[in-house]
Amino acid sequence: MLELYGKKFTSRMLLGTAGYASPDILRQAVETSGAEIVTVSLRRESARARTGQGFWELIEKLGRLVLPNTAGCRTAKEAVATAQMARELFGTTWIKLEVIANDDTLQPELFGLVEAATELCADGFQVLPYTTEDLSAAERLVAAGCDVLMPWGSPIGSARGLLNKTALHSMRAYFPETPLIVDAGIGTPSHAAEAMEMGYDGVLLNTAIAKAGDPIKMAEGFAKTIQAGRIAYEAGLIEPRDMATPSTPVAGTPFFKIDHAS
Amino acid sequence: MQILLNGERVTTDASTLDELCARLGFGEAKVATAVNGSFVAAGARERTALSEADEVEIVAPRQGG
Repeated sequence: MLELYGKKFTSRMLLGTAGYASPDILRQAVETSGAEIVTVSLRRESARARTGQGFWELIEKLGRLVLPNTAGCRTAKEAVATAQMARELFGTTWIKLEVIANDDTLQPELFGLVEAATELCADGFQVLPYTTEDLSAAERLVAAGCDVLMPWGSPIGSARGLLNKTALHSMRAYFPETPLIVDAGIGTPSHAAEAMEMGYDGVLLNTAIAKAGDPIKMAEGFAKTIQAGRIAYEAGLIEPRDMATPSTPVAGTPFFKIDHAS
Repeated sequence: MQILLNGERVTTDASTLDELCARLGFGEAKVATAVNGSFVAAGARERTALSEADEVEIVAPRQGG
């Protein structure tokens, strides 16, 4: 079971709600994925369009834990105000905290992230920070009160998978007790499985399912591989070797003769 | 007076944030608000006076990753 801030979840997938071709496809993808946590955001509302109301009705019907994000925020101040608006709007103290450094990489701005996390944790929020693999920033986030860390795999929406596996392994080893979720850059089910096999506690993704040819089928693919990756981690993976080692017993091989070195 | 509402310059004679929301038809709507970069809780809108050049944000739930 995945445990985050005292809440238990059967599914280890956190699914984004953006970019689906229709509300119905979104609904079916969430249902097929089995995800129990869905991410949402807040955006400027037009008095004429009233886009938010219909979307909220759809999300409520899904009956999942809603995790609002602070996507697009550039400073700690913006992120804190956005989190406070999200708390009122969605009636939750959970927040996926994003403070973004620049448009090209959408990479976390770690200084602002730590500043915002410190303020929000002190204010009673359950903060899930979107961060990098940087261990010093991660330590500061944990010290600020974050019980979960969400390092990126690769830039948001890039579908490049896990670009810095060595650092992700280090992070797992460095924080054995802290729930770690790979957030961003997951493009294929095998990327997600890789994160799970490393011992990551979960995977947060959106575009890989939303923009797939068949998002509902892709949701099923991800659900199965995330589960498979976790089972494999729990089962204990074998160590890689440089040289071959026969899997079939050598003893009793027909026609076997010991090679004598001349 | 002129204010910046969701990034757009608009003219209004609403004296409070609550009044502005009501005039825009957001009276009962699921929205959250901020003025000049700081969150304003729903219960505080009535006592939040608006001034010339204030920057008001009115947001609602939306799809997100």
